[in-house]
Amino acid sequence: METVLISPAKATIVGIPTVIFSLLIPLVGVGVFAYIIAMRLKPLVLAAPDQRFDHFTQRLLNMLKYAIGQYRHLRYTDAGVIHIFLFAGFMILSLRSITLVLLGISEGYVLPGMGGPVGVAYGILKDFAGTWILAACVAAMVRRGVLKPERYAVPPKYGKDHTWEAMLVLLLITGLVTCDMVFEGSQAAAQIQKGLKTELLVPGTGTWFATHILSASPLDRLQNLHLGAYFSHEMIFFFFLCFLPFGKHFHVITSLPNVFFLKLNRGTVKPVQWGVADDQLDDLESFGVKTFEDFTWKHMLDFYSCVDCGRCSDNCPANAAGRPLSPRFISVKCRNYSFAKYPLYGQPVNGRPLIGNVLEEDEIWSCTTCGACEEECPVLIEYIDKIVDVRRGMVDDGRVPQSLQKPLGALEKRGNPYGKTAKKRADWIKDLPEDCNIKILEKEETADVLYFVDSITSYDDRIQEIGRATARILLTAAIDFGILGPAEKDSGHEVKRFGEEMLFQELRDHNTDEIIKSGVQSIVTADPHAFNALKNDYQGLPPVEHVSQMIARAIKGGKIRLKEVEDNGVTYTYHDPCYLGRHNGLYDIPRDVIDAIPNLKRVEMSKCKDRSFCCGGGGLMLFYEPEEEIRMGNLRVKMAEQAGADVIVTACPFCLVNIEDAIKTSGLEGKMEAMDLVELIERHMVHDTGYKIQDA
Amino acid sequence: MEILVCVKRVPDTSENEIEINKDGSDIERDDLVYSVNEWDNYAVEEAIQIRDNVGGSVTVVSVGDEDAEEVVRREMAMGADKGILLSDNAFEGSDGRGIANILKAEVEKGKYDLVLTGAQADDGAGQVGGMLAAMLDWPYASLVNSLEVVDDKTIKVGREIAGGNLEMNEIDLPCVLSIQTGINEPRYVGIRGIRKVASIDIPVHGAGDLGITPESVGESGAKVKRIDYFTPELGEGAEILEGSTDEIIEKLIELLKAKGGIK
Repeated sequence: METVLISPAKATIVGIPTVIFSLLIPLVGVGVFAYIIAMRLKPLVLAAPDQRFDHFTQRLLNMLKYAIGQYRHLRYTDAGVIHIFLFAGFMILSLRSITLVLLGISEGYVLPGMGGPVGVAYGILKDFAGTWILAACVAAMVRRGVLKPERYAVPPKYGKDHTWEAMLVLLLITGLVTCDMVFEGSQAAAQIQKGLKTELLVPGTGTWFATHILSASPLDRLQNLHLGAYFSHEMIFFFFLCFLPFGKHFHVITSLPNVFFLKLNRGTVKPVQWGVADDQLDDLESFGVKTFEDFTWKHMLDFYSCVDCGRCSDNCPANAAGRPLSPRFISVKCRNYSFAKYPLYGQPVNGRPLIGNVLEEDEIWSCTTCGACEEECPVLIEYIDKIVDVRRGMVDDGRVPQSLQKPLGALEKRGNPYGKTAKKRADWIKDLPEDCNIKILEKEETADVLYFVDSITSYDDRIQEIGRATARILLTAAIDFGILGPAEKDSGHEVKRFGEEMLFQELRDHNTDEIIKSGVQSIVTADPHAFNALKNDYQGLPPVEHVSQMIARAIKGGKIRLKEVEDNGVTYTYHDPCYLGRHNGLYDIPRDVIDAIPNLKRVEMSKCKDRSFCCGGGGLMLFYEPEEEIRMGNLRVKMAEQAGADVIVTACPFCLVNIEDAIKTSGLEGKMEAMDLVELIERHMVHDTGYKIQDA
Repeated sequence: MEILVCVKRVPDTSENEIEINKDGSDIERDDLVYSVNEWDNYAVEEAIQIRDNVGGSVTVVSVGDEDAEEVVRREMAMGADKGILLSDNAFEGSDGRGIANILKAEVEKGKYDLVLTGAQADDGAGQVGGMLAAMLDWPYASLVNSLEVVDDKTIKVGREIAGGNLEMNEIDLPCVLSIQTGINEPRYVGIRGIRKVASIDIPVHGAGDLGITPESVGESGAKVKRIDYFTPELGEGAEILEGSTDEIIEKLIELLKAKGGIK
C-alpha cells in the first residue's frame, strides 16, 4: 500500500534515524523488565518447597477456566464486566502490540499469516477491542474516583490508599490505546487527503473517530502526530511492562502461573513441609512459617498475584465482625515486606520474624478457616494453608493464647477439649429410649457402619441431642451401625488447623487404629468438621459420608418417610456449614433433604451456598477469645431475619452452638429458632418403617 | 543468673472431677490426669524470661516419685536448661517441712542466685517456699506478681496486696520467691517440644546424694499428719443446684432474681 506519511522505521528527527529509538526502546525495556523479574524471583528460589507440577492437564484446564475464562469475575458484576472487557481487549491487542514494535523497525511489517482476510478480520477486531478498552478504562476510573466502592478502601492501620496506583495504570492503558488510534488515524487522514486507499475503517471505533477528527489537519501535523503517537505508545508500553512488578499489577504477569499452580485438593491442609514424611517431622529444626522464606514459593507467588481487589476481605466473616484480620492485607503486607527485603539493587535486607513485624498474633488466630476468601479470589490465592503454617510456627515457639492452652492440654491428656474422662464419651446414649440399642464397637462387637460422633456431640448437653437424633435416624433407616464409645478421641480437625500438627497426628493415629480394628465398611458422621478430617486429613479409612448424604439416600429408597411439615406457617432457611459446603461441595443434598418434607417453606439467605457466612467457627475456635466488635453469629442471624426466616436449619454442631447463642444475644429468643438437620428430620419421620421410636 | 524453680506434679483440677475415696484417706486417684501445678508454670516462664534477658541458666527440680519426671521434662520442653528429680522411698509422706528440707539440700549443692516456687499447689498448703527460705536463711517474698532484675545483687519484686494495690520491694540475692499466677503468660508446650527433650537424662537424687538422714523426712519425720478427708456437710443457706446445665442456669437466675441479686 502506498503511504503518504513516513513510517517510524524510515523517519529522521534532527538528522537521527528514528529506527534507532524503535530498536532502543524495546531493548532497554525488555532488559530492565528481565532484570526486575530476576530480582523478584530471588525469594522464590530461597523459599520452602511446594509440589505443584502434577496433574498437568487438570492444571491447564483450570488455567483456561479461571484465568483465560475469567470464571470468578462475574461474582462481582460491575467490576467483573469491566475486567473481562479489559482482559479480553488486552489478549486481542497483544498481537497488535508485537506488530507495532516491529513496525518501528520494518515499514509495513505484517505478522506471519496476517496478510490476507485474517489480517483484515483481526484489524476490525482490534479496532473494537481498543475502543472498548477505552470505554472500560473510563468506567473503571469512574468507579475508582467517583463511586469508590467500599471494598477498595484501605483502613489506616494497613497503610495508604492504593487508588493512585489503579488510576495511574488506567491512564497508562488509556494512553496506549489512544496512541494507537492516533497513530492509525493520522495515517488514514493523510491517505484520505491524498485520495489514497486506507486500512478498513470501522465506523464507531476509536480509529474511525481519530481519522475524522484529524481529517482536516495539515500533512506536516499529521506526520508529527503519527510519529509522536508511535513513540509515545512504545514508551508507555515498555514503562508499563516495567512498572507491573512494583505492585498490584504484577498480577498481569503472575496470575496465569498462579492459577496454573492452584491447590487441587480442597479441604486438606498442606503438610508441614513438602517432601518430609510424618515420621521424619521430629527431625525438623523448626516448624511452620516464622520468617518470610519459610513460605513456599507458591505462597510467595500468591503474594505477588494479589490484585488488591478486596473480594476476599469483603467476604471474610472475621473482617465483618471487626476482628483484626483482613485476608487481602495478609497478601499486601507480605508483598510489601518481600519487596523491601529483596531490593532491586544490592543484597537482601536482614530478615525479621513475621509475627510482630509483618503479621500480628491475633490476626492469625482470628481466622476460622471458613474458606470464604479462597472461594472468592479471582486468581485463586490460598489463605488457609498460610495461616495454618504461621500458626504452626507460633505453636512451635509456644506462642499460643492462654484461652487455647487449656483445651489443647485436655485434648492431649483426655482426647477431648473439655477435659472430660474417656469413659463418659458414650454417656449421651443413656438418654435414648430403652429399645434404642446402640452398639459400642469394642472387643467382639461389629457393625457395617461406624457413626463417628466426635467430642462436642459426645459431651455437650445440648449437642448430644444431635447424637441422639442421628442415632434414631440411622435405626429408622435400618442401618447396622455402632459407635467407638470411649475408644473414640477427638478427630483433631481444629487441632491440625490451629497448628498443633503433632497432637493432631497422635489423635489421627489413635482413631485410625480404632476404626480399622472395628472392621466397619463405611463411616457416617453428623459433624462436618469430623467429616472433613476423616475424609481429607486421615488416610486409609473406609468411605466417609455426612449424615445428610445417608438421609438423602434413605429418603430416595423409601427407608425414611417424612410427614407433612409440623407448622406450615413457619419459614425455614438453611445455613451452609463451611466444612460441608465450601470445603466439600455439599450444597444441594442437605437442601434436598429439607425440601423432602412436604409443604415445608424454605427461603435462601442473601449469603448462601459457596458464599455462606461462617457462624463463628468450630472446635477450638469456641474457646478462643478474639478481639471483635460483634460476633459472626449475630451477623448471620440478622441475615436470616432479613430473609424472613423463623427457623435456621444447619448441619453442624458448632453452627448450632453459635447460632443458638446468637439468637439469644440478638434478643430473638422465642422469635427465631435454630436446629440441626437431623433434628428436623427426626421430628418429621414417619415411624412405621424399620425401627419404631417411642415418644420420648 | 542461676535460677532454680521448684515444681510439683498435681492432679489437674481443670481436667478432673475430684472425689474422695471410700475410706476417706485420700482422693480417688484411679482415673486422674496429672499435670504441672499451675503456679509453677508461671514460675518457670518467669525464670526463662529472666535467663533470656540477663543470661544464666534455669534448673527445674521436683520432689516426687518416678512419675514426677514427666513434669520436670515438660518444664524442660518449655525452655528450662536442666532438670533434677529428688526421689527416694524415704521421702514418701513428707509434710511441708520435710519437702522444704529436701529442697534445701538440693539448693545447697548448687550455686543459685534465685529460687522460685509457685505461690501454692493445687493439692498443697502454700508453705514450702517460706520454709525453704527460712531454712536457707535467705530473704523471701511471697505472692510475687512482677519481677525486675536491678543488678546481679538485687531484684525488685511487686506483690499484690489487699484492695488490688501493688507493693514494690527491693530484695537482695540470693533469695526465694513464691510466684503468683498472672505475672506472665506461660508459653505453650506442644507434643513436639516434649519429644525434643524426651531423651535428655534427668538425674535422680536420693536421700544419700543429698546427705539427708531418712528419719528427718518422709512419714517418720513429718510433724503434720493428715488424719481425714471429707466433703463438708451442707451448711445453713447452702444449696447445690442439680439438673442439666440449662436447668441449673435457669434455677440460678430464678434464685438470683428472688434474692434481689439481679433485676
